[in-house]
Amino acid sequence: MSAATITGPAKTAAPAREGRIGLRGNLRHIGALARRNLLQIKQDPESMFDAVLMPIIFILLFTYVFGGNIAGKGHEREYVNYLVPGLMAMMGMNIAMAVGTGINDDFKKGVMDRFRTMPIARSSVLIAKIVVEIGRMLVATSILLGMGFILGFTISTSVFHLFAAVALGTVFGAALMWIFILLGLTMRTAQAVQGVAMLVLMPLQFGSSIFAPTAKMPGWLEAFTDYNPLSNLADASRHLLNGGPVADSVWMVLAWSVGITVVTAPLAISKFRKKA
Amino acid sequence: MTRKDIPGNGGNAVEVRGLVKHFGETKALNGVDLDVREGTVLGVLGPNGAGKTTLVRCLSTLIRPDAGTARVAGYDVLSQPRQLRRVIGLTGQYASVDEKLSGRENLYMIGRLLDLSRKDARARADELLERFSLTEAARRPAMHYSGGMRRRLDLAASMIGRPAVLYLDEPTTGLDPRTRNEVWAEVQNMVAEGATVLLTTQYMEEAEQLAHELTVIDRGQVIAGGRVDELKAKVGGRTLQIRPTDSGELPRMVAAVAGAGLDGIAGATVDAAEGVVNVPIISDEQLTAVVGMLGAQGFGIAAISTHLPSLDEVFLAITGQKTSGGAGQEGPAGPDRHSDELEEVAA
Repeated sequence: MSAATITGPAKTAAPAREGRIGLRGNLRHIGALARRNLLQIKQDPESMFDAVLMPIIFILLFTYVFGGNIAGKGHEREYVNYLVPGLMAMMGMNIAMAVGTGINDDFKKGVMDRFRTMPIARSSVLIAKIVVEIGRMLVATSILLGMGFILGFTISTSVFHLFAAVALGTVFGAALMWIFILLGLTMRTAQAVQGVAMLVLMPLQFGSSIFAPTAKMPGWLEAFTDYNPLSNLADASRHLLNGGPVADSVWMVLAWSVGITVVTAPLAISKFRKKA
Repeated sequence: MTRKDIPGNGGNAVEVRGLVKHFGETKALNGVDLDVREGTVLGVLGPNGAGKTTLVRCLSTLIRPDAGTARVAGYDVLSQPRQLRRVIGLTGQYASVDEKLSGRENLYMIGRLLDLSRKDARARADELLERFSLTEAARRPAMHYSGGMRRRLDLAASMIGRPAVLYLDEPTTGLDPRTRNEVWAEVQNMVAEGATVLLTTQYMEEAEQLAHELTVIDRGQVIAGGRVDELKAKVGGRTLQIRPTDSGELPRMVAAVAGAGLDGIAGATVDAAEGVVNVPIISDEQLTAVVGMLGAQGFGIAAISTHLPSLDEVFLAITGQKTSGGAGQEGPAGPDRHSDELEEVAA
């Protein structure tokens, strides 16, 4: 758009037809907004603590607190091979939760009013946030893998399988973000978002195959964990990295991702549009 | 008082008809009509809770009105919001910039969101930083700016797209007098360059400085309107404050003013707490006459000043009631607040 002064009501020919925003325009807007989110991180490096420290603390805690008990004392290294793919699934969930609290805080700031009075698609504000959060998720996953390798994690398959596992985790994590964005836009305070998110997260994370095989759980719990998408994702990553039948769990994760996105993304965008 | 010539070629940049917005039981806007002529500044004057911010939010597509129509630069707020957003700029009471970004990064981002090329966005950012005296602070995060710098950055952000219509929602609320003057100067520059401005304010002084025409609203309704000088004449001009060198002279001074029989001077009152005599006046000639008379009678005068009527005084003059938002609210205000004499100005 040429930033021309519009001189009169009669002469206001819209720069773009009907004010519609083309794909290139949308990408430019998302880029400018993602840059904003990156600059915020640069200004406030502490906001990366969760992505950097969480994988380190979790892998150390679980390997040494539970590893010996689950795989037998002295067999912690074997447990690492079980745990790392599971934690990859968990990273996505935890980063996604931070999106909810972040968007709730962000919304209280005046700059949102400015965005919402500008000729940009309102969804681009949310999409830019997701783009940057996916970047944070990849940072967390890389650190997790690095720590895993130090503790003796080995990939039995190939680098290609590793990328596939990371990609699958990213797709599912991005889908989860829409849920938390919706929560963040609905609840009144960031603390409330955090509270609700924890209530949902804890059973999903621990009632899954992330930390321990489900076979020794009671029947009713095993039924729950088998349908828990986090189990599906953990199993898919595990089979991709340790070897094993992949197809079923991968399809389940993709189905969950598409399902969650199709339902929650439009709700979140419409909520964002209407929010006064 | 000099009367401002009203520029513009007669077209309305903003046209609001019968605008209604209710929040539950609260009638934030209850049938507002107003026009802003192209190239002019309309001041929307009203107390807290009068509906000023709701009006601005409706006109900038942040909220949807329940009824009525509003067109900005020819675009309808309800059916053409996307086109409308291309021609407006908004500076709110709360600075709408990203605190964590530097001034320059904020402006660059907005330039990119307005589809400027990288190069143009950088150039425009630097140009506006220079113009709003923010070049030195350009690389600092906005959270470290003073209130005035933040407000200037906010104004600069609103100017990037050279909007045809600019909304300023209480642009100087919470600013100290010096910063307030800086903001006023910038707004005057924008108007000189042809911007159409809708300004909301609680201060008569601000309205007088910036606005060509005024609309007074209260409880979501327009209760008066017209040119600033017309409204001021209706309200009764200014108050002349005289501080005698010896505060013991106060009663004698009041008696002297009352007894002098000067043209149009009805009398004077003592403000003992401030140590001044208040004389309502409507012209510069009366000011000269009062001060001259007191001097001729041998009174020692330490200071004189004139004051515009406060919002409360304006409301009192227009409606016979205090502002509904003020602490000193007296009883419920009925619909009979629309006195006959006001209907003609509001029309």
